[in-house]
Amino acid sequence: MTEPGPAHRGEVIRLAGVRRTYNAGTPVATEVLHGIDLVLQAGEFAALIGPSGSGKSTLLNTIGLLERPTEGRVEIAGRDTAALGDDALTALRGQTIGFVFQFHHLIPAFTALENVMMPAVIAAGGEPPEARSRAAELLRRVGLAEKAGKKSGELSGGQQQRVAIARALMLHPALILADEPTGNLDTHTADEVFALLREFNRDHGSACLVVTHDPRLAARCDRAIELVDGYVVADRAVRAAPVA
Amino acid sequence: MVALRFLREGGMQTALILAGVAGGVAVIVFLTALIDQLQTAIVQRTLGSQSHIVVRMPDDANRGVLSADEAQGRVIEPRAQRLRGLDQWESTQRLLAATPGVVAVSPLASGPAFAQRGEAIKSVAIMGIEPEQYRRIVSLDTDLVRGRYQVGGTDALIGTELAKDLGLAVGDKFRLATPEGREQTMTVTGVFDIGVRDLNRRWVFTTLRVAQSLLDLPGSVTQLDLKVADLFGAEVTAQRIAAATGLKAESWMQTNGQLLAGLRNQTVTSRLIRIFVTIIVAVGIASVLVVSVVQKTRQIGILRAMGARRDQVRSIFLLQGGLVGLIGALAGAVLAVVLILVFSQIYRNADGSFLIEPRVEPLLLLSSMLVAFVTGLVSAWLPARRAALMDPVAAIRHD
Repeated sequence: MTEPGPAHRGEVIRLAGVRRTYNAGTPVATEVLHGIDLVLQAGEFAALIGPSGSGKSTLLNTIGLLERPTEGRVEIAGRDTAALGDDALTALRGQTIGFVFQFHHLIPAFTALENVMMPAVIAAGGEPPEARSRAAELLRRVGLAEKAGKKSGELSGGQQQRVAIARALMLHPALILADEPTGNLDTHTADEVFALLREFNRDHGSACLVVTHDPRLAARCDRAIELVDGYVVADRAVRAAPVA
Repeated sequence: MVALRFLREGGMQTALILAGVAGGVAVIVFLTALIDQLQTAIVQRTLGSQSHIVVRMPDDANRGVLSADEAQGRVIEPRAQRLRGLDQWESTQRLLAATPGVVAVSPLASGPAFAQRGEAIKSVAIMGIEPEQYRRIVSLDTDLVRGRYQVGGTDALIGTELAKDLGLAVGDKFRLATPEGREQTMTVTGVFDIGVRDLNRRWVFTTLRVAQSLLDLPGSVTQLDLKVADLFGAEVTAQRIAAATGLKAESWMQTNGQLLAGLRNQTVTSRLIRIFVTIIVAVGIASVLVVSVVQKTRQIGILRAMGARRDQVRSIFLLQGGLVGLIGALAGAVLAVVLILVFSQIYRNADGSFLIEPRVEPLLLLSSMLVAFVTGLVSAWLPARRAALMDPVAAIRHD
């Protein structure tokens, strides 16, 4: 990045004994997460891997403050979230976390530029003065400067995902959560998108937690956390592969 | 901004519901304006030949010799009502003129007579008036088709029908005779057409003095005619006058009961139409927004993930409802004005005057638009609530 974002320090995520039970208190109650302890430091780039149904998405949603844990402690950017109400949680989420989903989830009624600006518009309740230039800069960084005025329907899958990454970075989040960000892209495009995430992680210092099925991508992260049946079964450092 | 884009993206849906709202508002504005104007026209035509309130002596009533307790049986036969003058009418007139809401008071001495010319005899009503005062009650001067509005000495104003029946023209003379045998020769100074054939045949206007002497009402009048400022408050004013003076005061609302009932029915009908149209518009907006909320479930989830609070999501959809209401109302108002202009050009009275005037009350336009806006907000409430309460995780997974 040419403009340095706020430096992020310390622990971005701290989970302690996080359990998540669906249909709690009913005969069909199912515990999906069985006491997860996890710490992610600022600037870390970690993969979250594991088979389908292992609880990856639930864990990601819990870290992303979209779901509350049934038990345990979730601290995001040093703040305990248990006591926060819905609006405070939403505000913390907006300020601290950028999401990249498997399906880009751009808002079709808006142009690429406006989609990138959206988090800033939501946070300010209107368009803040610097938002447009920052969004344009982010689009340039993901190589889509000339597509700024296009609606999402006019962009290819890879382009849409790159817009979504730019959007996730709009507010200099301390943490980027990516749920299979390359899941529906061809290998070449997937590599490009992944490289972008790494690049922002390196330049900007945003911690990254990437859910992926793709062992090739997992191998290019700093750290791999493996989840099986709701338990963290492995958490190891990966020798960083050269970035494309 | 988001609301506006969602609407624009809605394309066909938005266009259809806007057309619905516009149609609804146009129907409401147009119908209301039409009915109001027609009602005003009917009332004006009816009251063109009538005073708003008539004040007379109370009816003669029988007084029982025995009290109700003592009486074994009572049969009360109604008495024949003789022609009775209002004594001290000048002071009563001053009193009535000072009553709040009363615009004009005019004395009238009226009674039966025959109009005679040669072999032709017609039964008429003598109307003894003070011309300058009476003009403020019934605008007889503008109803004149021939001659002048001049009533003095033995001048008489007669209707077109009587003029035809007796073969009278301006300047001709005829005889007015009463059943008691008093008579007077009159000179026609003007012929009026008051719009009611029967009255054109029966009414003979003359001076108060001539009427008083013919009807044997020396110095007296039979009634005071009143005009009030608030047409539909006439009955209240009449009751107040009756209570204050002990005289009989009848408003046009009593004497035209059927007209009034008709007007009320029309008003109720138009109100019902308005209510139903509003409900239909509301249901239309709500259904479009419900569909829109379902279609945009994932986008709502994304907005929530990006930090949009529940109330922000809610306001997006509320605003859509309000905008649809407002924009539809604007289009509807324009449509209504065009409709009224076209309608007023096509349908005219026989004499070429407007059946309805090519104008719309700005207040009616404004209030209809306000109603449409509020309707939009209200009907957006449920869809907006649904969007706001959506679980973001479920919303993002939604296919």
